[in-house]
Order: sequence, then C-alpha cells, then structure tokens
Amino acid sequence: MKKIYTDEIKKSDRIGKLIEDLYSGTPTIESTRAEILTESFKKTEGLSIYLRRSHAFKAIAENLPVVIRDNELIVGCNAFARRGCQTFPEYSNKWLEAEFDTIADRSADPFYISDETAEKLKEVHKYWQGKTTSELATSYMTPEALTAIEHNIFTVGNYFYNGIGHVNADYAKVLKIGFKGIYDYASKERDKCNIYDKDYATRYNFLTAVMESCEAAIIFAKRYSEAARKLAAECTDITRRDELLKIAEICARVPENGAQSFYEACQSFWFVQLLIQTESSGHSISPGRFDQYMYPYYIKDIESGKITREFAQELIDCIWVKLNSLNKVRDAVSAEGFAGYSMFQNLIVGGQDSSGVDVTNDLSFMCLTASMHVKLPQPSLSMRVWNGTPNELLVKAAELTKTGIGLPAYYNDEVIIPALISRGLTLQDARDYCVIGCVEPQKGGKTDGWHDAAFFNMCRTLELVFSNGKDRGVQVGPKTGTLAELDTYDKFFNAYKQQMDYAIKLMVNADNAVDYAHMQRCPLPFLSSMVDDCIARGKSAQEGGAVYNFTGPQGFGIANVADALYAVNELVYKTKAVTLEQYADAIKNNFGQEYTDDYAKALTVEVVKEIVSKGYEVSDNQISEIFRQIKSNDIAADKKKEYEALYEKIKSLPKFGNDDDAVDHYGREAAYTYTKPVERYQNPRGGRFHAGLYPVSANVPLGLQTGATPDGRLAGTPIADGVSPAAGRDVHGPTASANSVAKLDHGIASNGTLFNMKFHPSALKGASGIEGFISLIRAFFDQKGMHMQFNVVSRETLRDAQLHPENYKGLVVRVAGYSALFTTLSKSLQDDIINRTEQGGF
Amino acid sequence: MPNYLNVTGRIFDIQKFSVHDGPGIRTIVFLKGCRLRCRWCCNPESQKFEIQTMIQNGKEKTVGRDVTVEDVLKAVRQDEPYYRRSGGGMTLSGGEMLCQSDFAYALLRSAKEEYINTAVETTGFAPFEEIKKLLPYIDTVLMDIKHTNSAKHKEFTTQPNELILENAVRIAETAKKLIIRVPVIPTFNDTEEEILAIAKFASSLKGVNEINLLPYHSFGRDKYEGLGRKYMMGDLPSPTDEKMEKLKAAAESCGLFCKIGG
Repeated sequence: MKKIYTDEIKKSDRIGKLIEDLYSGTPTIESTRAEILTESFKKTEGLSIYLRRSHAFKAIAENLPVVIRDNELIVGCNAFARRGCQTFPEYSNKWLEAEFDTIADRSADPFYISDETAEKLKEVHKYWQGKTTSELATSYMTPEALTAIEHNIFTVGNYFYNGIGHVNADYAKVLKIGFKGIYDYASKERDKCNIYDKDYATRYNFLTAVMESCEAAIIFAKRYSEAARKLAAECTDITRRDELLKIAEICARVPENGAQSFYEACQSFWFVQLLIQTESSGHSISPGRFDQYMYPYYIKDIESGKITREFAQELIDCIWVKLNSLNKVRDAVSAEGFAGYSMFQNLIVGGQDSSGVDVTNDLSFMCLTASMHVKLPQPSLSMRVWNGTPNELLVKAAELTKTGIGLPAYYNDEVIIPALISRGLTLQDARDYCVIGCVEPQKGGKTDGWHDAAFFNMCRTLELVFSNGKDRGVQVGPKTGTLAELDTYDKFFNAYKQQMDYAIKLMVNADNAVDYAHMQRCPLPFLSSMVDDCIARGKSAQEGGAVYNFTGPQGFGIANVADALYAVNELVYKTKAVTLEQYADAIKNNFGQEYTDDYAKALTVEVVKEIVSKGYEVSDNQISEIFRQIKSNDIAADKKKEYEALYEKIKSLPKFGNDDDAVDHYGREAAYTYTKPVERYQNPRGGRFHAGLYPVSANVPLGLQTGATPDGRLAGTPIADGVSPAAGRDVHGPTASANSVAKLDHGIASNGTLFNMKFHPSALKGASGIEGFISLIRAFFDQKGMHMQFNVVSRETLRDAQLHPENYKGLVVRVAGYSALFTTLSKSLQDDIINRTEQGGF
Repeated sequence: MPNYLNVTGRIFDIQKFSVHDGPGIRTIVFLKGCRLRCRWCCNPESQKFEIQTMIQNGKEKTVGRDVTVEDVLKAVRQDEPYYRRSGGGMTLSGGEMLCQSDFAYALLRSAKEEYINTAVETTGFAPFEEIKKLLPYIDTVLMDIKHTNSAKHKEFTTQPNELILENAVRIAETAKKLIIRVPVIPTFNDTEEEILAIAKFASSLKGVNEINLLPYHSFGRDKYEGLGRKYMMGDLPSPTDEKMEKLKAAAESCGLFCKIGG
C-alpha cells in the first residue's frame, strides 16, 4: 500500500488574514444579479425558457463585479460585499420585499440592505409579478395541501421559495476536459438532432443553452484573468505581483480547459462551485468527494516536485475560506430552520471507490487539517467510515471533533451503500456515494436528489388523532375516530397511521407541484451541463435529465412519537391509569404547566387578532395582560393537580434513548409510519420519493408551532432532533443512547438520518479518550447506525446545563480519571469542570 | 453445576462507557462495602455494606440495591458491540469487590462464560484464598498499593499494609495481568521517595510492568456532607501537573511504564 502522509502541516499566515478580512463586514444584500437577470428576461420574452435562462446567465457572468481581495490565491466572488449575497427574484420575492424594513434586525441570520438596493429590487420585483416558481407551484397545489401547510403539518418552503440545489456536480469532468470539452460534447449531441425528432424543439434549445452557459463560465473566468493582470501591473509588492500574475495565467486557462496542475484544479473547482450558486439560489451545493477528484492533480504535482505539501495545504485552506464567503438570504421562517447563514456545502473524505477499495489518501487528511486551520462552518465536512477505514483517519477526525466545531460528521458505508442499491443505484455507483447538504447520500454527478423536499412534523399528525383530524376548528386531517371510539391501542395507533398516510399524500402533492414549477420556469442549463446524463438525454436536470432522480422529504419527531405511543399505551390501555379523554384534556392544557414565552406570545397574537377582527381596539396594556394570563396558564387547582399527576406519571416512564427494548420498539414503529408510506410515491422527473429522518434546525421553530404532546413535551418546546432521543431523556450515557438509535431501521431512510450526540471536550482527552470515541462510532456503525455527529460542548452550555439539568441528562464529561454524566455530578464538581473549561486547559 | 446467574449481591451503581478503568470501553459495576476507610475516598457511599440514604443536590437518594448476576450481566451485555471494537468489557469496582467475593466470583465466572473481558479494581485486602478463586476469571487486575509504610497506611486507611503487600506478590504469580495503581494523596504519599518505594515494590512483582498514578481530587466532598459525615481532607488542593510529572519520572526510573490517570 502506498504511504499516506498524515503529518500536520502548519497554517500559513495568509489564511488568518483572509478569515479576518472575510468577517470584517456585515452580510449584505445586493441587487446586481437580480437587475441583470430581469433586464435580460425583458428582452427575451418570446424565446424558450432554456435560452432565456442561459442568455441571462451569460449576461450575469459578463456583468457581475469582478472582485479580487488582498492575499487571495483562489479568486471569484458573486457579490461585491464580503459575505454579501445576490437575490433570485425568479423563485420568489414578496417575502423579501415584506422584510426590507426588518431583515437587518431579525433574530435569525440578519442582513443589511441599503435603501438604494431595496428600491432597485422593488423595481425588479414588478417584472416578476405572476412569473415566479412559487406562484406557479401554489397554483398547482390542491387546496387540502395548502390547508395542511397553513396548519404547519409540513412545509415545502425550501424549494417553494428558492432554487433546488442539493446536488453534487461532476467536478471531475470539468477538471478533466474543461467547459470547452463540455461545450464540444453538447455541440456534438446537438448536431445529432434531427429536425423531425419528436423532442427536437426542447432538446435543441436545451443543448444550445448548455453551450451558452459553458461560454458564460469561460467569460467569467477570463474577466478575472484580466483583472488580476491589471492589479499586477499596479502592484508594488513583488511577491503579490507574482501571485497576481499566476492568478491571471490560471484564470485564462481554467475552467475553459482541463486543469494541468493542482493549483489550476483548485481554481477551476472554485469557479464551478461559485457559478452554480450564481445560476440558482439552491443551497447544499456539495463538493462531495473532493479528496478523490482532486487527488490525480495533487499527486502528479507532488511527485514531479512542482508543488510542496505546504502549498497544496494553503490552496485547500484558501478554498475553505472561499466556501464561507458565499451567502444566501432566506425568508425569516426558513432562516430559523436553517439558522447560521448555512450553505450546507457538504464535502466528504474517505470511504471506498466504486470497486470497493478504501481510497483514503493524503488529501483526506489535508481536508481535515484545513477545517482545523480555518475553524469555520463551511465546508460541512463529512467522513465516510467502513470496516476498511484506517484508524489513523479516525484519529485525525476525532482531533477535529475535539475542537468543538462539530465537524466532521461520520457516515456509515455499510448502511448507505445497500440503502442506495435498494433505490436502484448500481453497486458501483452506490459505493461511490457522497453526501449532500446535511446528511443526504447520493451518487455524485448523476443525481437530481431533491433531498430537502419538506419538513414533516410527525408530532402535528399525532395531535390530530386527539381532535379527530381538526386543528383550530378546521378539518385538516381525516376523521379517524372520536376519543371514545379509540378504545384499544391498535385503534389509536391505526388512527395515527391514517393521519400520517393522508398528510404524506398532501405533502407529495405539494412537492410535485413545486417540482413542476421549477421544471417549467427555472430549468438550469449550467448545472445540467455537469449532471449526467442531461446532455445525452437532451433534458435539464429539472426535467429528469439526471440518471437518478429522487424526492427526499424529511420527517422528524420520532423520539417524541415513540415516547408518546408508549406512554399512551401504558397509561390508557394497559394500566388504565387515565382515560384517553383525560389524557387529551391534559395535553390541551399543557399538563397544567406555564407556557413558554414564545408560545404564549404566539397564542397572544392569535387572541388579539380575533379581538381586532371583531372590530374592537386592544391597548398595549391589555395585550400584556392577555399575555400574562395565557403564560401563567391559570386553571382550577383540582384540574391542575390532575394534569400534574399525569405529567409526573409520564415522566417516570421509560423513554427512547436508554437501550430499553420495550420503548425502543415504538421508535421503530413510529419511524415506519413515515418512511414506509413515503416510498410509495413518484415524482415528475421519473424518480421516486424516499424518506429522510432529520430536521436541520427546524425542530426548534416547528416545535413552537406544536402544542403539548403525549410524551410530556410541553407546548412550544423543541421537538427531538433527527433520530436522536428527546433532549434530556437519554440518561444512561452515550452507548445506551446509540444502541436505541441503532434499533431504528436506518436503511429504509435512504435520504439520510441524523444522530446528534453531545460530549464535553474532556471526554475526548488523552489516548484512551480518543480510542473510546472511535470505538463508539465503529460499534454504533456495526449495529447499522447511519450517521453520527458530535456536539463537543462549551462552557456556556455547561452553565446552561447547571441551570436546566433536565435538558442535559445525556451530557458526558470527563472528570478526573473517569468520565461521567455531567448532571449527576455535585454542584461543586460541576463548577470545577466549568472553571477548568474556562482556563482552556484541554 | 451451580447456577451462578441467580447469585445475588449488593451494588450501588453500574456505569457504562468508562474508558479509564481497564482496556477499552467498559461497564463498571460498583459493589457496595469496603474494609478500608481511606480518608480521601471519593465514593464514601460505597464503604458501608448497608443500604443508605444520601442527600445529593438537595434530594434524597437511596444508595445500594440487591441484584442478581443475571441482572448485572443483562446491563453489561448491552454494550457488547463496544467491547468488541475496543477490547473492553466489565470491570468490578467498589467499595471493594472482595467484600462480596461469592457474588464477585459468580459475576466474573458468568462473564467469562460469555467471553466478556473482565477486570477488577481492588485493594487486595482479603485472605488470599478468597482472591485466588477469582483470579482464573479476571483478565486484568488493577490493584492499589497506597503506601509501603504500614503505620502510615493504617493511619490513613485504618488498615495496615502487610496483607496487601503479601497478596500483591501472590496475585502477581498467577494473575493474567496485574497493574499497580497509586492514588497520589498530598500529606500521605506524594513525595518522590514514597512513590519511588511503591514503584520499586511494584517492579519487583512478577510480570508487572505498568503503574498508574491517580492524582488526588476532592470531588467526593459533597457526598460526605450528603451522608452527614465530615470530610477529613479539608481544602487540600490536587497535586499540580508538574508534581505529577516528577512523580511519574520517579516511577519510571524503576523501569515501569507509568501513566498518570487510569
């Protein structure tokens, strides 16, 4: 076996300067792209949508400002401001206009927008009235689906408001043959078109648009070449002048041509990454197996002595910084669901190749090092793990995990490969999977995965069981029986399954409506030029041009539903401690507990709206009084006592996450109520639906829309994230928690599952800490867990854990010669550990 | 053959995912009851065999419960995938597992029948005959040698050390693996001379090549209050890292591999 170089490479000074510069500004909204796009669209009214899109893309490439910042080795921006962003009015724009005055101060992901930009965008938006994908999508949806969305059963907001993204383009192809090569390929395919072919019109137009998009990319790079040359001419610093001349030389060659060096490959990669996110607003544009497709260029230059490993590392670090420069403005609600300006550019290292051989290489290690150097959220670094993964790579990854940035996420080849094969991938393609966005596996370069198609709140459908399908007076779900009729657990569970089946059908309706809207209004010729087999099929990815097509909507709340089903069965049907009516009453009254501020606020808004709608005025004082009354949830003492008694009973029951087969079984069943129905459905691109089980960060805002649930979760509080146990309920340490999670059927959730685990940095201390950590991952994966990520928590979290121990029951800390659950420790010991953290002594 | 799975004993905790008491990821079974009363003991609730009530974070907590070997093994088995990957297994700790030697025997023997790796943490303070019957079923013995001076040993632990030192010699002769552990306690054994004396003794034992120095900490303090007892160690600080490094060097001078911490 070839020697893999794993030694640490020092971070160059340049990287620190680039990061400092990047974060010196506020995220800003810009209007250039929207203006150019709209100008172009006004001129192309009569043309096919393919050409309208590619003409506009070319105009954007020709006219976006060229920005080369100090110290940059890799160049290319799509906004003028640091971490600035363009807007994409062709998808949706009304929400943005509505937020112009508040967006700078909103709680999640605020953006600065100047009055001038706001005015320009307002002007642009006039043109798009009635022409956006979101408007068309709405018109395609059935009224029942719109009602379900309005009642927060699920949301398809991600692709409703934005581009699709969630793709891994064929970077390797661009690196190899350049856009000139792709242009030639499309041109040859176009030459094959016969004017009498049934699809001549669309095929010919689409391929022409692909060719024009390739030209656009080349033009964009050449503008950078010229700009760099100009800057060099004015530059007095000789070192920087040479760097600029090198940049000029490289941008003149790539991405037009195939890369001839590692440096060229890096720059070419970046142009692709940047331009995909300029053509459309879809996020989760995932670089995928970077360590694989970059390796031939790296090893050639290293072996010929053309570059040093230090310089290669510096280039990779530069790309890492660049990946953090891209930004996207989302509507306020989505921003909460994807909090943290996240672009979800998932880059994965390690794993096997299409023939089943482990292909960990120098770059796998250098990617981990790059994240260690930049300590920034992008790329969303992932790592493939299988039986053949060298322990060395896991040790390196564990060291990164230890830094507390939550990277990398770990993925299990042994589950994902068969899961993808079950969805129709070839063995070879499945082995070559990468991960998109959060946790979604696909074969890169030939898949349109639609991975983040919806958030489906499994707790909301459970609420509908208690109200015979009604929500706030509206029949949202089917009538599944009055409480009196649900006199056995089987009937109760069947009612839940019916609510799920029905809501899932509505979600499919909504997703497919959005899908058609993108197909008809926003095909993406540039992206499609890098997704097989769009060119040969003469179809954009949005029309089913990709080899593999999926729609992956994600469900969440499994732990809550599991605990709820178990509790209802125990307390109502088995021990008959309470009736279902009493249970329903207690839930409705939040178990007699105070409401959280946010939930009380939401209820207050409802009440005030109703009063105002009746023509009354409400003063500020009256509003605060209403809020106070709602929040305190003041109910009769005897009732309160009854609710609290039930609340305590529920709390004392076993919960999912403690390796208790009796309740974990319900977790498995709960997950199936989502994963099994979802896979029945087809999408308009000729592919199928398959489920994911992960919430991004939506479990918090969508929890706010959910009343108290039978598992003892109070109204408005977060829902359990992903497949993880509900917060604070896994009290028997990491192995028990992992064992419970491993009991779910992960393979059927082929759009990905997400398991979060919290650790204190001290738990990873020393050789035995690291080895234990690695064994934990390997043993979870032996039991067919799919994904694992680690929150290595900070001092602030530990402080919070002291104040709210109920939320942190599973938090592991290293004490002295041993690790322990933080909340089981005495106050003084907790203080001691917190103080140690403060000293940064790890 | 007697059914060891039905043997009962008294434990006060089972802790999973321990990576510092024996090889790999381990499940620690804490048996209740000990013959020593070490002043620094961080688990004072482990000392008495009787089931006790302790105040912890303002709440009453019952310490101690009677369980069968099967109950314990059921919990231990749950983490088998982790043992396989890490070379871990079950560790009996305490208290002093030798105080319930029949239960410990049944636990260890049953675990070995299921091919689970076993370790014990022990003071070695018991008639050797009781220890001897356990040894075939223990993969790693972690044994404390706290001091070579018997009088001082007695002063701080309430028991002399002759039996312990004798047992160490005999355990070393038959144990599969023996690691010597030293709690490093300021005012008791934290000088280089004292550690050197222990290390010399350890290196004289057959097959012993590893010693662990466990720095004193006062994390057990609240438990004393919770049990209505006085904490004898006062505000004594933990040994500094520099100090521990010096002591480590002293131990290493005897040719032993030395780790700070377990």
